Amino acid sequence: MAASQLQDTDEAVLVLDNVSKGFSGVQALDAVTLRARAGEVLALMGENGAGKSTLLKIMSAAHAADSGRIVLDGNEVSFASPVDARRNGIRVVAQEPEIMGNLSVAENVYVGALPRNGRLVDRARLFEMARSDIERAGFSGLLDPRAYGRDLSPAQRQIVEILRALVGKPRVIAFDEPTSSLSDHEAEALFHLIGRLCEDGIAVIYVSHRMKEIFRVATRVLVLRDGRVVGERPADETDDSELVRMMVGRDLSTLFHHTSHEPGRPILSLRNLTSADVHDVSFDVHAGEVVVLAGLVGAGRTELARAIIGDLPVTGGTILVDGEEMKPTSPRDAIRAGLCLAPEERKTQALLMKRSVKDNISLAIVGQLSRWHVIRRRQEREVAARHARRLSVRTPNLDNEVSKLSGGNQQKVVLARWLARRSKLLILDEPTRGVDVGAKADIYAIIDQLAAEGAAVLVISSELPEVLGLADRIVVMQRGRVSGELGRDEASEENILGLSILEEEAA
Amino acid sequence: MTTQTNESADARPKEGRARRVLNAIGVQNISLVIALILLVAFIGSQNSNFFYTSNLATIGTTVAIVGILAVVQTVVMLIGGLDISVGSQAGLTSVTSAMIFMATGSATAGIVGALVVGAAAGLFNGIVIIYGRVNAVIATLATFAAYRGLANVISNGRAQGYTGTDAVFVFLARGNVFGIPVLIWILILVAVAIQLMLHYTDIGRNIYAVGGNAVAARLAGIALNRYVLGVYVLVGVVAALAGILLTARTGSGQPTSGSQGLELQSITAAALGGCSLQGGRGTIVGTVLAVILLGVLQNGLIILNVNSFYQDIAQGALLVIAVVIQQKRAGGGGVGLPT
Repeated sequence: MAASQLQDTDEAVLVLDNVSKGFSGVQALDAVTLRARAGEVLALMGENGAGKSTLLKIMSAAHAADSGRIVLDGNEVSFASPVDARRNGIRVVAQEPEIMGNLSVAENVYVGALPRNGRLVDRARLFEMARSDIERAGFSGLLDPRAYGRDLSPAQRQIVEILRALVGKPRVIAFDEPTSSLSDHEAEALFHLIGRLCEDGIAVIYVSHRMKEIFRVATRVLVLRDGRVVGERPADETDDSELVRMMVGRDLSTLFHHTSHEPGRPILSLRNLTSADVHDVSFDVHAGEVVVLAGLVGAGRTELARAIIGDLPVTGGTILVDGEEMKPTSPRDAIRAGLCLAPEERKTQALLMKRSVKDNISLAIVGQLSRWHVIRRRQEREVAARHARRLSVRTPNLDNEVSKLSGGNQQKVVLARWLARRSKLLILDEPTRGVDVGAKADIYAIIDQLAAEGAAVLVISSELPEVLGLADRIVVMQRGRVSGELGRDEASEENILGLSILEEEAA
Repeated sequence: MTTQTNESADARPKEGRARRVLNAIGVQNISLVIALILLVAFIGSQNSNFFYTSNLATIGTTVAIVGILAVVQTVVMLIGGLDISVGSQAGLTSVTSAMIFMATGSATAGIVGALVVGAAAGLFNGIVIIYGRVNAVIATLATFAAYRGLANVISNGRAQGYTGTDAVFVFLARGNVFGIPVLIWILILVAVAIQLMLHYTDIGRNIYAVGGNAVAARLAGIALNRYVLGVYVLVGVVAALAGILLTARTGSGQPTSGSQGLELQSITAAALGGCSLQGGRGTIVGTVLAVILLGVLQNGLIILNVNSFYQDIAQGALLVIAVVIQQKRAGGGGVGLPT
């Protein structure tokens, strides 16, 4: 295969040839070669930290490579800035896009290239252009061109970012985990769009952790591990387990542990719980049970979790914890009652990025660890070390700044915090979002183990294999309401998806 | 001066003892120490009177009042706020302490009264910030003006009373303990107490947490409001202490003179000492070093006979330099407006 790769260098639109990049002693990329061909979808896979993001950043000229060449249409180029790369038709769709809150969707899409009428912005044409873009890209009904950036959901923000990449004449478009904030329905629209981009002769690069999508859209798959290319395969000549093996050297079937638990007393009971975005929700979570909240992004699952934890006001219904009614006015009350929430956005909502692993683990228990407000430091270190070990947090030491850890290890630090607090009920909102395969398996194992030890776990997940792999019971939400409850044995991807979307389409 | 705490913290266990000590002090603090040494060497070489014990004691007593305010300003900045009204609070409490003293003849009553007024002024700042949901800069800018006005109203804009014959006030202003002026002892006590609180208690840990990531702190069960209120009350109390010392030093309650500019000086010292304006970062040691550096600079300019107007320029320049260095350390991109 290596021989043929050398020959077709000049057919490719964009070639990153033998690119290397190091950051303060860590070799992020080591002689990586990537070819993007017109009309093809190249999937880029690898665990977090494998070098995918760095590769995209070199492509978009956000970073300069230490060595290696960038070849565009057969000519070696070097881009002075991200703007320069854009001008040459190279677009990277960021996973967490920058959206200007006080500008409309249309302005966000066309920023820097607004249509003018003399010296003034032609607003009518701007909105019309945005409207037709949304329609042509297949996102009709999902996005209003006049909506303000600040009001957009994560999925809508992602769509704006995708639309931006289509403005002008893109030659190469790289998508960085585009579906992590999209529901299945929106993802489907994106896959159609990618198909059309290929027909138009655009080279697509697609970064994702999700196998199903890879096989759905990709022509070829390039796998990175530790900054090196492990292998490149045509998509129809490989399968999940080979790719996972290439990424981690681990078999897919080992990803999920599930021991069947005997559910005990109900720890959390919701009765007709109602808040701004949640209507009439009732269900129980028992001790020793993993309940997964499934549904589309925007179905009100995060809002429900925040209402339970006292972070959003409850307007009706009751929350019972261990049979006693709880009326939390702040997360503090809920935590005292034995509840906790590991939110979706670790970096902005859960972690003190500039503090140590130890400080982050002990955050919710420093009060308990203190006598007359003086922290018993040895005990603190002991507790932090024990939980870091239990969750196999990979860090050189407990004083390491948490921002230096990978996404998976950061998530483990958040879990360690709540294990240390001995919470009765853990609410985990998308616990494996942006987490690499190895750390995912660890997190699944811990969730299973927690339930086995008698904790109640409520997981919010949008990944169907994860829902099925983890759950003892599945509660599906749609538009702020519970649309169905499924036992582990009766659940399938089809009926979960059905409960998530079917009624919505009828309405 | 710009970086490296980060990288070196990583490999800590493998490094030598010297390196560990260096890390414990912190790169920013080492730069401050070096700057201080250079400054002292320069001033000393130009005028050897600088090294007289009496001159060093002068520096110490001048920085004491700014110093205690800079120490609490550090705490406010750690929690993600800012208090522009510290100088006005000091002026208000200076007047209060002198007026109560004159009315009752008791220094204790004057001191206690001033502390109560300071706590109330701080509490008011906290309430406006938390329950009025007003940005800390705006809230304390408003009270900066209001507390100064209040001080002028109750004193008719004039110095109040005479405390120069009272043993307690005289002791505070000119007393010595073990050969070191009381003013310097007070700075040391305040700095050590705050440092112990920040470093060894759950209160300190939670202050860093609230300033570092308020959402995470709230979801971890920390009562944000309580901490923010508490910090502003603490500032009020310490500002009152500064006001009392001001009264003691000048012999009378001063509504504005002596307290004007303390807000700028305390913020400059905290920023120069490594406090992040975004909260969550900063140390008392850094702030105290910066206070000493500023004091030496001010003293140097005086004994070198530099026009006193240049002192303001020097101080403004230092604040800008301190914050520029910090932004570099924070590593933010050079794009867009600073946050």
